[in-house]
Amino acid sequence: MVTRGFTGRGSGGDNSNRIPPGQHLADNFPVLSAGPTPSVETSDWKFTVKIGPKPVKVWNWNEFNALPKTKVTKDIHCVTSWSKLDTIWEGVLIEDILADAGLDQPTGFVLAHGYDGYSTNVPLADLLSGKAMVALKYAGKPLPRDHGGPARLLVPHLYFWKSAKWVNALQFTARDEPGFWESRGYHIYGDPWREQRYTND
Amino acid sequence: MTENDTQIGSWQPCVIEEIVQQTPSIKSFFLRLSKPFAHIAGQHVDVRLTAPDGYSAMRSYSVASSTNSSPIIELAIERLPDGEVSSFFHDVAAIGDEIELRGPLGGHFLWPEPAVDAILLIGAGSGLAPLMAMIRQRRATSPAVPTALLLSARTAEDVLFSKELHSNEISDAAFVLALAITREKPIRASDFGRRIDGEMVQEVVARLHRKPTQIFVCGSNGFVNIATDGALLAGLDPSIIKTERYGG
Ligand SMILES: Cc1cc2nc3c(=O)[nH]c(=O)nc-3n(C[C@H](O)[C@H](O)[C@H](O)COP(=O)(O)OP(=O)(O)OC[C@H]3O[C@@H](n4cnc5c(N)ncnc54)[C@H](O)[C@@H]3O)c2cc1C
Repeated sequence: MVTRGFTGRGSGGDNSNRIPPGQHLADNFPVLSAGPTPSVETSDWKFTVKIGPKPVKVWNWNEFNALPKTKVTKDIHCVTSWSKLDTIWEGVLIEDILADAGLDQPTGFVLAHGYDGYSTNVPLADLLSGKAMVALKYAGKPLPRDHGGPARLLVPHLYFWKSAKWVNALQFTARDEPGFWESRGYHIYGDPWREQRYTND
Repeated sequence: MTENDTQIGSWQPCVIEEIVQQTPSIKSFFLRLSKPFAHIAGQHVDVRLTAPDGYSAMRSYSVASSTNSSPIIELAIERLPDGEVSSFFHDVAAIGDEIELRGPLGGHFLWPEPAVDAILLIGAGSGLAPLMAMIRQRRATSPAVPTALLLSARTAEDVLFSKELHSNEISDAAFVLALAITREKPIRASDFGRRIDGEMVQEVVARLHRKPTQIFVCGSNGFVNIATDGALLAGLDPSIIKTERYGG
């Protein structure tokens, strides 16, 4: 349905094939989250990998920072319809975290947890093969609090609510368990190219 | 309704029935739904505009009206300089135009039904929209619930729904209205002439006579950070604070 009088800014020119349906390019980096912005000092920061309720390994900030680091340049897509191209992140790939914990693939599903009580579910396959990391830097600088610092999950091929801010744990679950937004009307998987925004999309 | 069974609508055309200039930068758009839905105060809709070449732009807008049997919903849209969608609404959209939307959306920033305990609402600019839906829903379904609105605006004329809020305050002893006016001297002694801070939140909570059990904060991200910092400095528990950030 064409909207009378609307021309819009156009579809991103040469980059239009990089922008999923219903998305538009943002020139800034909008901030969205469901509660207050937590303030976590790196001296208090801890990161845990669990299988079900059982912690398998805990790292402090220095230990975590000693893990191999990877730099990636990725396009990101927020369900509120903005996309941002060529964002630069540095952090620890999920396979490098699991290797350090001596884990292979305990189950096929992961719930990521944040310091703010947030959670989001991602199938393990979507976290491996260089697809995802726990990011510690954005654009070459320590990750700002507003964007999830000190550390956030980065799963850029899914809608950005999957990239849990202030991440402090990855928990292996037996089944695909809906996280915070997934149990509040948002899609269980969240592929921007299939426009999986809400539950039945 | 629990948080889990939020209904997700599909795209539907709706017609602009009425446009009201509310403040110098905010207009209300009254949209007649072709497939009416019942929303919970605090929810939003996604609006989609489509250009002749097929390009489309989508944005979220909170529903400002309360749930009732009416097929007409109200959106309060603030004009952002060079905003692709908000300036279309302000400069181009006219009564009788068709717009596509889907909703109701959002399963977190929701007025509790039934509401029983004291509630604090904090907003700025068009961030009042979902809070206004809550105030309207409260008036209809739980008028006894002590509720305070701390609303930040640059000047008195930037206060959205000013008349309705002031008349609510006069007619309703359980409703507290406090304005934080940042760019001019406030007219009423009960209002504040500065940005929101911890002391101010504390004073508004004192006027509620009870500690709020839920706090809803809505506006731009910068504003939400200032307001939630204020609430935390006032000693309120972060786990009872829900935020709706308009990005930016
Ligand atoms: C859940 C939800 C509910 C919302 N409800 C409402 C509502 O009820 N009323 C309403 O007016 N808006 C609301 N918004 C914001 C709305 O979705 C759009 O983001 C807004 O209208 C701007 O869109 P635009 O196309 O006009 O501007 P764009 O073209 O997207 O952006 C224009 C420029 O403005 C900047 N910008 C974006 N937001 C802000 C801001 N808040 N303050 C200052 N600069 C900013 C951007 O950085 C950009 O450079 C809501 C957003 C969300 C996520």
